[in-house]
This record gives sequence, structure tokens and C-alpha cells, in this order.
Amino acid sequence: MKRMMRYLPHTPDDIAAMLATIGVRELDELFAAVPEASRLDSALDLPGPLDEQSLNRHMDALSGRNAAGPSFASYLGAGCYEHFIPHAVTYLMGRSEFVTAYTPYQPELSQGTLQGIYEYQTLACRLLGMEVSNGSLYDGASAFAEALLMAIRITKRRRVAISSALHPYYRDVAATYLGQAGFDITLLSYEASGGTDLSALGSIDDLAAVAVQSPNFFGCIEDLAAVSEAVHGQGALSITAFSEPLAYGLYKNPGSLGADIVCGEGRSFGLPQSFGGSSLGMFTARREHVRQMPGRIVGKTTDRDGRPGFVITLATREQHIRRERATSNICTNQSLCALTAALYLSALGKNGLRDLAKTNYDRAEYLKSRFAEEGIHVRFSRPTFNEFVAEFPDGGSSACDALCARGTAPGLPLGAFYPELADCRLFCVTETKTRDDIDTLVREVASCMKK
Amino acid sequence: MKELNELVLPDDVLYSDDHEWVRVEGDTVRIGISDFAQDQLGDIVYVDLPAVGTSFQKDQSFGVVESVKSVSEMLMPFNGEIVEVNDVLEDNPELVNTDTYGDGWMIVVKPDDPSEIDSLFTPQKYRELLK
Amino acid sequence: MHEKVGTSGLVFNEPLIWEKSGAGRCGSSLFSPDVPGASIDESLMGDLAGFPEVSEVDVVRHFTRLSQWNYGVDSGMYPLGSCTMKYNPKTNERQAALPGFADIHPMLPERCAQGMLRLMFDLQRFLAEITGMDAVSLQPSAGAQGELTGIMLIGAYHRKRGDARTRIIVPDTAHGTNPASVALCGLQPLPVKTGPDGVLLPETVDEVMGPDVAGIMVTNPNTLGLFEENIVDIAQIVHDGGGLVYCDGANLNAVMGIVRMGDIGVDVMHVNLHKTFSSPHGGGGPGSGPVCVKKRLEPFLPVPRIVERDGGLGFSSDAPDSIGKVHAFYGNVGVMVRAYSYIMSMGAAGLRQASRLAVLNANYLKERLKDVFDLPYDRTCMHECVFSDARQHEQKVTTLDIAKRLIDYGFHPPTVYFPLIVKGAIMVEPTETESKETLDAFVETCRTIAREAEENPDLLHDAPVNSKVRRLDETAAARNLDLMG
Repeated sequence: MKRMMRYLPHTPDDIAAMLATIGVRELDELFAAVPEASRLDSALDLPGPLDEQSLNRHMDALSGRNAAGPSFASYLGAGCYEHFIPHAVTYLMGRSEFVTAYTPYQPELSQGTLQGIYEYQTLACRLLGMEVSNGSLYDGASAFAEALLMAIRITKRRRVAISSALHPYYRDVAATYLGQAGFDITLLSYEASGGTDLSALGSIDDLAAVAVQSPNFFGCIEDLAAVSEAVHGQGALSITAFSEPLAYGLYKNPGSLGADIVCGEGRSFGLPQSFGGSSLGMFTARREHVRQMPGRIVGKTTDRDGRPGFVITLATREQHIRRERATSNICTNQSLCALTAALYLSALGKNGLRDLAKTNYDRAEYLKSRFAEEGIHVRFSRPTFNEFVAEFPDGGSSACDALCARGTAPGLPLGAFYPELADCRLFCVTETKTRDDIDTLVREVASCMKK
Repeated sequence: MKELNELVLPDDVLYSDDHEWVRVEGDTVRIGISDFAQDQLGDIVYVDLPAVGTSFQKDQSFGVVESVKSVSEMLMPFNGEIVEVNDVLEDNPELVNTDTYGDGWMIVVKPDDPSEIDSLFTPQKYRELLK
Repeated sequence: MHEKVGTSGLVFNEPLIWEKSGAGRCGSSLFSPDVPGASIDESLMGDLAGFPEVSEVDVVRHFTRLSQWNYGVDSGMYPLGSCTMKYNPKTNERQAALPGFADIHPMLPERCAQGMLRLMFDLQRFLAEITGMDAVSLQPSAGAQGELTGIMLIGAYHRKRGDARTRIIVPDTAHGTNPASVALCGLQPLPVKTGPDGVLLPETVDEVMGPDVAGIMVTNPNTLGLFEENIVDIAQIVHDGGGLVYCDGANLNAVMGIVRMGDIGVDVMHVNLHKTFSSPHGGGGPGSGPVCVKKRLEPFLPVPRIVERDGGLGFSSDAPDSIGKVHAFYGNVGVMVRAYSYIMSMGAAGLRQASRLAVLNANYLKERLKDVFDLPYDRTCMHECVFSDARQHEQKVTTLDIAKRLIDYGFHPPTVYFPLIVKGAIMVEPTETESKETLDAFVETCRTIAREAEENPDLLHDAPVNSKVRRLDETAAARNLDLMG
């Protein structure tokens, strides 16, 4: 007898009995409604099937063709950061009750996910200094786009001002989302210090919000208090985006500096880089705006015996009830990623988070000092976190490209994004690099430049 | 859900086809939603009301009433200006369920043309409409 | 008679994580400082008020206990209509965790990511083959984002031709994300009613099709579990009127290898890798909603595209008509790795058999349950079928009560109160990975519950009683917002 595929439990006897119950002779009869002329009469052109062992070999080979692992050192940041993930995080987030559960629409069966997301919402607010958080959006870029749309809804104005030091890909996604409804974007230039130039703000009409990123794409900490002050007088909102929230383990959070919406990418909290996947769109706001916030929200309540419990709440903002008047169309979000972040932040806690953030900061500062010895200087003067722009003399930047073939990704060349910074590279150093690693990088970069 | 004969439809108000009640009080009109509307919506959790001084046309949405599972726009039964808004509903939205025709009122309006009120439904006509 | 699936058991109470704090505790390993401590402007530093301080044991126990309060596909049958809660193969997790997929940066030089690019490029080809389309973008992070992207593509297509069309036809059986996506694009949904047999009629579409209509959004099979048998004629009407056809591919699990949407008039569709292609739901995500298009929409696809170059693969953003980006990078890559592994494990014959058995299972449940619950459309269904609570009205028992009582018996409830055109809808999708034994146990349980509804309806009104919490006060949750600790 032909062996059955292990995910398909039906035996021939099962199928026969079921067909008899239904009252048809052949399974194909169940597809009578499909137009005959369109029914496929040959198999789809797909490879496989591979047995499990062959699949492993195949995937190992594909995986092996990507630069990862101990023989490759990446100093890339630019919106995706390599961090150490404690095994307890991976282990617990692999529990199938978390992984194979559905969206918690039946709360009695989903208290694990629901309490976990409530904890995530709380930790997100405490980290960012805000008053409400949703249960996640897709990624930092779409969260940023949603923040702009939310500010537009609240103020009923049509223009937003965005810093050119905000991640170029986040700005692209924002342009895609806002372009649909015909909203306008004004770009604010950046100053020599690496921060956003706010001087144009006062003369912009119909302004719904100003948006900066901190740390910004150059790794610089923005003057968030100045941003909020600049726009509140005009009745516009202050939006702070981020792609490396670990910075708030060290620096003052945007909520304490007057931001109205704080949103960005949470991948740094226990999620693997995944070629830019495994993202976590974090989104927080002020309590007064909660009804304009997109995304799922978990609330605490009690059951009929008075026991505490959690439910999805304020669902009337969402697509399944409000349909075309919903705050967003989002349904499936990044729930497991949010849960992972809650777990990671809990494991690190207050002490671990401060420790880890300082470690990141110290390593980047160390690289800056070692680079200075080689005549490579920091381009911008504003304080940074774990990322900074290094300026190379005399074509030294392009000389470094050769290092990729030798096992090192020496930062990101910036010319493609900012032509005026063609001699600059964006370097990121996290806790994953030892002092020896950093010294090796400097040695390799120096030797490239001498050639 | 209530049966038709269980619905409370007092005589001192008129009804719109959008399930609001209106009570004429001199030259202003007090407006709320009917027992049928609150029963259909279920437990009210939030009411979004306009600012005093804003004007609306007939059939324009002047606010939103939200329950756990649904949300409903409230439409003006005639043209007019909002002169009073029931701020108590912000913290006590349940009044719409418990005192639908009393403390559960939504807005008080100065109508542009009081004769427009005449085309609203009597309790008997409204009950017919609901059948 | 089967033994009851659900029973009571010992689970643990567990406070909120910060309630377990003890000053000075830490649950992670401390880093040995091997570089000098750098100075920092203290006026810029924040504090981490309200962050928990717990040991690793606390954290592990906390999340272990939380997980034990959840029900997953690995716990039992999850017959949620339109969600396709099929078994999530464990080997997929092994593949997604491989360092060459999990630990690579998205902006590595292309030659350092050829294996990843090959996986994504091939997955695109697989999806195009399965759907009968010409080009694919893997960028959208979920079905709803796939829909948004698809509608944007339609808008871009018309704008390029100088055609300002502002409306999209949306049937009354559509998932809420459909009109929401249309609105996000600055267009208006144009609602139409489904015909009396549960499918769209060509004349209904013909009536509303006009020069201001950009297209139609269909779901096929639709949310009543029925194949839209008039789709070819409907697509013709829309095309003749200058519009395009979008298909919500959430229900693709019914037709893999049997019919391809691209062959029956669809111009653009999304697929759900976390439904049809076995990637787990994760309690609400992450998912992945790739969009598949016919050639004429290819120029508008999001960038970057994966292209063949120098004997290998690379990214290209050379697409002047592209709608732009919807994700910072390339989409939910981990979900793609799982879907790819699934397709490689099943092969063409396996996928076809999966669809056939999914449809067999749904029809079997339909036949065996139609004397228990009211069945509004008594016809052959696809991979799901819709019942209602009409027969239980007399006892004042609702769909909600039935759903909650199923929990006590160890089954996750089906989808309830959707689609909207059936009052008290109960949408059941067993998927192909449930055995006949499990289906029979589900049927017996439904019979028992229906009997309880007649003889002792309070058992349903009070349900669930076996779960960790009883029914929760959603009104209080919305009136007295408590959204963070």
C-alpha cells in the first residue's frame, strides 16, 4: 500500500466511508461547481515532495549560501540590529500553545496570549514613556505610516513634515501609504550636527504632524523636546519614530520629552534579524487619542465569577466591525513577536536593559576612538547610541567594500541614500562584538585603505 | 433582544427613521436614541458627541454611539445648531441603556425650520415601521 | 460513543510579570565589559521606571504557565472558518531557525545572500504556478496588507492610463478587511448583494459596472464556503467595462491543483502563507500575504523585485511605475521559509490531495451536522460550510452560547457571526489535517450540545465552566479602559 503523507491522516477506508455519508461516489464530484473548462488536467509544475531528511539537506545547502555564523562579522545596522538572544527566549517562544494558537477572539481559551500582550503593551509604554500601546503592527515602517495617518485623522489637516534623517525606507513606505489618499509630505533637511533642521516648521500650513526618528538613520539622538515645542503651538502632533528602541535603555524616552505618538521597530527585543523579517511594529500614543489608534488592543477585565482576565477591547475601531470606517485594515499582526519582546524585556528587566544599552554605547564609542587613530572621523557631532557615520578620506570608503568577500560587512555605504555622504559609511556595533572583533575590524579597514 | 411589544415608546416624543427620539422643549429640541436602537446595540460603552455651536444638515452624522460589538452613526433628523451636549455620557455611557428617554439624552438642537419636525413619526407610526 | 475530549485539569494562577519583581533581580546573563566604559552626558539619560526585576526561573515559569492557558492547533481541532487552522509542521521551525535564514542582515551585499534570494525567488515561482499568475511580490506582511497592495496596484494601473476610477465592487460576504483596504486607498466600496443560492450573479455585477468602477473584490471560494460558479462571466463583465478583478485568496486551501484563479479571470490576488501554506498563527501573527498578479500589473509591483543577474540573483528597484514599498525590507521572511518548506514537503500531488481532503472533510461535517444546526445553503460546499443558530432560537440559545459550550468539551469554537449575511453564522472549516475520528468526535459533541440546548439550556448560557476563566465582561473592558499595568 502506498505510504500516506504524514500530514494527511485519511486512509482509503476513511475516504470511502465519508463519501458514502455524503452520498457521492467519487471525490471529484465535490468539485462540480468549478467550471469544467478551467479544471486542471495536469499536475502543477512544482518540485518535491522531499522527505524530511532530504528537506534538511536541501535547506542546509540554501542556508549555507548566506553569510552568517561565526565566520562572518556584520557591522550593519540601518534599521535591523544584531543582538544576542538568550536561549530561554527562543525556548519559551517555541511552545506550541503560543505558536499554534489563533488570534484571541475566544478569550477563555487564549488567556496566555492575552495576558502576554497586555504585559507587552505595558512594557512598551513604560519603555517609551507613553500612555497606551497596541498589540503590534507589521513593522517600524508601516507603524510610522499609520502614525502619520492617525495624526491626519486627529487634526483633520493634510500635510506632514518628515525629517530627511528618518530611515529612507520608512519614508518610502509612508509615501506609498499617504500617496493613496493624496496627503502631502514636506521633507525637513538635516543640520551639520546630524540632527533635524526644524527652522522651516513655523511656515508650513495645514500641518498635522512633524516626524523625526531618534536615534535617527545616522545614529544621532535628536533634540526631541525642541521638536515637540516647535509644533505644539501650531496644534500639530509630534511623532517620534525609532528603529533601535534599545537606545531607551539608556537615553530619555520620547514620551518624557513631549511626543504624542512614538512608534517604530521592536525587532531588537529578542527577535532574529531574519533578513529584515521577524519584525515588530511598536505603536504607542496618548490616552486621549486611544480611539484613533490602529491595531488590536488588549484590556483587563473580570469574568462572571469576578476573576481577573483579559480580552481584546475597543474592537469597534477595527476592520471586522467598522469595515471601511476602520482606523486601519490590519487584522493579523505580529503577535508572537510582541510576546517575544515582552519575554525578552522581562528577562532583561531594569538592570539587564541598562547594562545591555550601556554595553552597546561603550562598544560604538570604542570603535569611534580606534577609527580616529586611523584618520577616520565621526561625521556628525550629536550624541549617538550603537551606530554612527564614519567619514573616510580619499576613496577609503569604497576600498572597504572588498572586505565582504573576506568575511566582514564593514558598515553601510551611504552614497546610495545621501549622495552628499558618498565618502561615509554607517557602522553599527552591538554587544555581539568583542574588543578583539572591533580591533580586527579596524585593522582590516586600515589595511584596505592603504592599498 | 426585545420583542416589538416589549419596546418602550413614550408618547411625549416623536421618532426618526434613523431610530432617534426628539422632544420639543419650547424653541429647542432634545434628541436621543430610541429603545429599539439601544436594545439592538447592546451595552453602550462610548458616545462621541459634537461641539456646542456646530451646525448640521438633515441626515448628516452628528455623532457616534458605540457598544462592544458595533458602532452606529447618529443622523440629524432636521437642520439645526447644537446648543447643548450631554457631557455626563462621557463617563456614564450606560445611561443611554438605563434611562434612554431621560438622562440618556444626547444633544439639544435649535432647529433651522421647526416645521421639519412635523414630518417625524408618531409612536404609532414608528411602531408600524419597526414591524 | 467517544470519551469527552475536554476535561478539567490543574492549571496555575500567575500574576503580571512586574508583580513578581524583587529589587536587584535579573533574568539575563550580564555582559563582561572588555571595552572601556565611555562617558555620557548624564542630562540625556533616562530611568527605567516600572521595569520588572525578576530571575530567569521567574520568567520561565511565568511564560510556561501563560502558555498552559492557551489552546493551539497542537492541543486540538480548530475549525475556524476562513482561517485554515491546519497542522503546522515542526520541520518548518527547524528550517526557519537555520542561521543562514535567521541571522542575516537584509542589507548584506547580494552575493552574501544568494541562498536566501534563491528561496524567495523560487517561492515566488511556486505561488505564481499555484495561482496561475505571472508575477509575485512577497512584501505584504499579512492578508490585509496584501489586499491593500492589490487595490493600490489596481489604482496605479488606472491612473497610468489616465483613468480616474474611484469605486470598487465589494460583495456583502466580504471579510471586513476588504472594504477597509479599499478605504485606505482613498476609494469607495460599492456594496452588492449575493444571490439567493449563496453566489454572486452576473446581472448583479452588470447593474453596477460602469466607467467609474476600478474593479471588483471577490473571495473565491466565498465566505459561505461556496465556489463562485459565475466567476468567469463576472470577470468578463468587469473586464469589458474596463475594470480589474481582485481575488481575496484566504480560501485557497480548497482549490490547490484543481483550478487556478488566474485561469478564471482574476488579475490580482493575495495568498495567506499562514493559512493555506501551514505557517503557524502565533496567536495573531506574524503572517504573510504575498500578492500575485497578471503581466499587466507587474510594472506596478512594490520594489525591490528579485531579478536574475550575473549568473545569480539580486534586487532591483528599477521600476518607475512601482507603487513603492509597504515593508521596510522584504516582508516576513521567517514565514516565507516555512511556506517554502511546506511546499517542498508536499509537492504538487500533496497540495492537490490536501485541497481534496479539505473539501471532503467540510462536506462530511456538513452532511453529519445539518440535522443538528440550521444549514442556510444546503449545497455542496468547498473547504468550509456555514450553519446558523436558527433552530436553537426557541430555547433562547445563541451561536455565542453554542461556541462557549464547545470549549467545555475541548474544541475551539468555529468562526462565529461571520459572514454577516447569515444571522448567527457558525462557519466551520476543519482543514485536511483532521482525521475522521476527530471529525466524528466533533459531530458527537455538537449533537450533545444541541440536546443540552433543548433539555437544559442553562448549561450553554453558563458556559464555559471548564476553562481557566468564565465569560469575560467585555462591556466593562470597553467602559473602564485598563490597557496597561
